Order: sequence, then C-alpha cells, then structure tokens
Amino acid sequence: MSVGMSKSRRGYKIIIYIVCTFLAVLSIFPFWIMVVNATRSTFQIQQSSISLFPSSFLLSNFKILMGKTFNPITGFVNSMIISTGATLGAVYVSSLTAYGLVAYNWKLRQPFFTFIMAVLMLPNVVFAIGYYQMMYRIGWTNSFWPLIFPAMATPAVVFFMRQYLLATLSLDIVDSARIDGAKEFYTFNRIIMPIMKPAIATQAIFQFVFHWNQLFLPTILLTDNTKYTMPIMVSLLRGDIYKTEFGSVYLGLALTVLPLFIVYFLLSKYIIAGVALGALKE
Amino acid sequence: MQRKTINYAKYGYYFSIPFVLTFLIFSLYPLIYTTIIGFTDLRGLMRTEMNILENPFENYITIFNSPIFRRSLSNTMIIWIFNFIPQMLVALLLTAWFTNRHLKIRAQGVYKVLIYMPNIITAATIALLFYSLFGYPKGPINDLLLKLGIIDSPANFHLQKWTARGVVAFIQFWMWYGHTMIILIAGVMGINPTLFEAAEIDGASATQIFFRVTLPRLKTILLYSLITSMIGGLQMYDIPRLFLLGGPDNATLTTTVYIHNQAFSGSYLYNRAAAASIILFTIIAILSAILFYVMRDRDAVRLRKRERALRKEVRNRKREVLV
Repeated sequence: MSVGMSKSRRGYKIIIYIVCTFLAVLSIFPFWIMVVNATRSTFQIQQSSISLFPSSFLLSNFKILMGKTFNPITGFVNSMIISTGATLGAVYVSSLTAYGLVAYNWKLRQPFFTFIMAVLMLPNVVFAIGYYQMMYRIGWTNSFWPLIFPAMATPAVVFFMRQYLLATLSLDIVDSARIDGAKEFYTFNRIIMPIMKPAIATQAIFQFVFHWNQLFLPTILLTDNTKYTMPIMVSLLRGDIYKTEFGSVYLGLALTVLPLFIVYFLLSKYIIAGVALGALKE
Repeated sequence: MQRKTINYAKYGYYFSIPFVLTFLIFSLYPLIYTTIIGFTDLRGLMRTEMNILENPFENYITIFNSPIFRRSLSNTMIIWIFNFIPQMLVALLLTAWFTNRHLKIRAQGVYKVLIYMPNIITAATIALLFYSLFGYPKGPINDLLLKLGIIDSPANFHLQKWTARGVVAFIQFWMWYGHTMIILIAGVMGINPTLFEAAEIDGASATQIFFRVTLPRLKTILLYSLITSMIGGLQMYDIPRLFLLGGPDNATLTTTVYIHNQAFSGSYLYNRAAAASIILFTIIAILSAILFYVMRDRDAVRLRKRERALRKEVRNRKREVLV
C-alpha cells in the first residue's frame, strides 16, 4: 500500500515538474528567439525564423537599426531621467505622508487615509485629455516635468509605507529625539528615513520599473524625437521603415529589454519578496 | 513641564501637504478639466479655446450610441475574461503545488523568478515581440507549428478576429499569472499552519485541504485580485495598441486605444475622447468602490464603532449623574 502511494506520488511529482518546466521555458522562449534573431540576417530569418544558435550579423543589424529613427541611447537617457525623478519623488513624498499618518494624532488623519485609499485606483488614462490640454496651455508638452511631478502623489506607495511604519516604528524613538531637541522634519530625514530603508528599496524598484515601462502619457506628451522614451522608441519599430528589417527589429527589442533583464536578475529575490509583501494587508 | 504640552498634531497636516497639492494639481484638476471638455466643442490640433455645447450632453450621448465605443468596451471585457480565467486557474494550481508540504517541490525559487519575469518587461516591447513571433507567412510560431505538423500551411493570425483577440488575451495571461501566483502563495503562507495540521489529523486529503481550508481563507485576496485585475484590464493599452493597432476590423480595439485614437488622430476629437474617458472613469469608480468595501479594515471599523458606543454611554451616565 505504502509502496503504491509513494509510486503514484512520484508520478504526480514528475508531472508537476514537467508542467513547471514547460511554463518556465514559455517565459524564456520568446526572449530567446529575440536574442538569437538579433544576431541573424533578414535572409536567414526568412529561411527559418527559429534557430537555437546565434549567427554573426549583430553588427550589420545594428548599423541598419541606428541608420533610422530608432535611437536607444536617447531613449535610455530620457527614460532614465524620467524614471529616476519620478521614483525619487514618489518614494520621498510617500514616506513623508505615511509618517504624517502614523506619527501624529490629527483630526483629519482617518478621513485623509480613507481618501488615499479611495484614489488608490485612479488611473491616469481617465484624465489624460484634460492633462494634455493643461500641459499644452502652459507649454509643458515635450517636457519631462509633467511625467515626473504626478509621481509625488502615489497612493499605493503611501499605503505600503504606512503599513511598514505601523509594523516597525516605535514612537519612543521620536520622543527621545524630541527630548534631544530635534525638529520634526529633521527627525524624519535623519531618523525615520534610515529605518524605512528596506521598504524604500522595495518600492523604489517597483516605481522605477513602472515609470520605465509607461507608454500612454509619454506618447501623448512627447512629440519631439529627441525627447522620446524607451517604450516610444520601441513603438517606432512597428513602423513601415523597419518592415523588412527583421534582424534589426529583433535587435532593437533586445536592446530595450537588456537593462530590465540586468536589473531583474540582480534583484529578483527582492522583487519577488516585494510582490508577496503587497498581498499582505496586515 | 510646560514643554510637554507642545501640540504636534499640526505636523500631520504639514507632512501631508506635498501629497495633497500634487494630487489637486496633477490629478483632480485634469479630471475636472476632462469632464468639462466633454461638454464642449473642443476639437482640432493645437486648439485650446472651447465653448459649452447647446446640449451639453451631446458628446456623452454620441459616445454612448457609438457602435465602435460599445465594441471597444465589449472587446475589453472579452479580452480581460479570456486572460483572467486561465490566469486564476493556473495561478491557483501552481499555488496548490508549491504550498503542498508533502510534495516538497524543489527549485521553487527558480520557477518563481522565471514565471514572474515577463511581468516587469516593457509591455510595448512584448507586444512587438509577439507581433514578430506570430508573423505571416514566415514567423517563429508558424514555423514551429508547421514543423510539429499541427498545421499544413502558414496561418495568418493577424487577420482573424478571434485569433487576434486570443493572442492579446494570451499575452496578458502570460505577463500576469506569475504575479497572481506569488500573491496567492503569500496569502497561503499567511494562513495559520495549525489549521492545516488539524485538517491532516482529521484525515483530510491534500485536495480536500486545498478546497475546504485554503481556498475559503484566500477569499479576500481572490476578490482583491479579481477587482484590481479588472480595473487594470479596463486600461489595457500598450499591448492591443502595438500588437495589431486595434485591428483586424477593430477586434482588438480596447476602450483606452479608442480614447487615444479619438483624441490624437484623425480630426482630434478631444471632446468625444474626454466624454469616453469620463464614462470609463465612472465604470472604474464603481469597481473601486466595491474593492474599497471588500478591503475595508473590518476590525478597525468594529473597534471604532465600539469606541463610539462607549463614549456615548459615558456621556449618558454623566448626564444621569448631573440630573
């Protein structure tokens, strides 16, 4: 009986490993094709679009790619500026707000928190038309500011930081800082921010990736090709000028994924843990 | 002694000012502006002056009656459902496997990292990558299917409505099931382990434990995933826009792509796009309200109620004493 049980359990486990491995391969396969085809010529790809092994046309693909409107360097620099600015704003102001919600007992504290929860899901799609008109009037189209400033009000990050502070902050620290004569703002910057470091790091990764991947608002606001972000550069590869340049299109896509791959495989442990933390509302 | 009476409450207000100001300027004001544009004749590139229409609701009525707008809403729902159901099923299955303490599945970390990976990659890149993968007449998927003998001649996935929708739904599924899985696993980890032990002692099988103990405890997280996924799905833009530009024959035209097309192509109908945005906003607001109700902190609500009742009682007693 027990032998039979363990045998069927082993069979069950083998099925599980096969399914999981299949799903893992499914995650990698499209990117593998992309990387390999980035090194193959259009002719080779037309002959057979699947190959497990790279070829030697990387450089010529790169030349064709760079000879047109696609510019990964400009896209990288612009995306870097926007994502860094937005992440700093989101993380700092959210921490400040969360601290205000946790450390002080003010009359509107609970209503304010309810308000933050209520606007948690407000997507920028629904006010994009008004936002565009507003920015057009003050001449801020083709500026990075309208993509950076709004990040300072990111309800999801405030919510996360608040939960973190509720779990870790002891108000005794704040009290003893006060006895030592520290001003409130100083206490926040010098004592509270260091305590919040782990939460800040997690949220910074997610905010950065989120802003890096944004397409909708940047497409609307940035029309000058020196201001294009990485995802806008990607959308150029959909255009007619690259229609027959298969190898170059794959290379262009690979270049836009590369920075994310590096970040992900360096920080995957923290990213997975961060996603899991988002599920717990304690 | 006097120092102790410093009132720190005002700092709560000070520390909230940056958030509130940002929200008012960069979210609320544009939202009101969008609502107003919906009532006006604002259209045409580089125009800013606008007049309220004779019938202010004209744009809203036009949008409501527009077959393409309705189509975009139904497309969005169809694509979302075909992505969400398999996403939930696969995520639940993987959660059941990974959290089963007797199976002890190895290399879980590696599987999680790989399965979650597509979620952080730029959606625009993924849309274009899949456009190339499903290329016709030559493309990796067609080549693969031909080699495996599943099809005899290359299929044009881009031209058939249902395969086009299916691929968009698949991409969404593929990008998000890992995320859902990690959230569900975290939810299971949060369940008190003695519950599982007790069920085991009572002789429950792994399947019984999953359906009778685990699933009921995940109810809140499942509802949360359902509604956040729905709200996210309603804003689906990058993939349908870049995969087939809303085609073929508007089969993958989602509401957000529709709004973008109305406002930033053709005759630049900002007013119509604004009206469509506000309709979308209303739908999302209703969903958010449900989410808010589901996620409200029940213990805190109960505590506050009890506090209020207690305070009332104290007040009443005081009054009695005075009388």
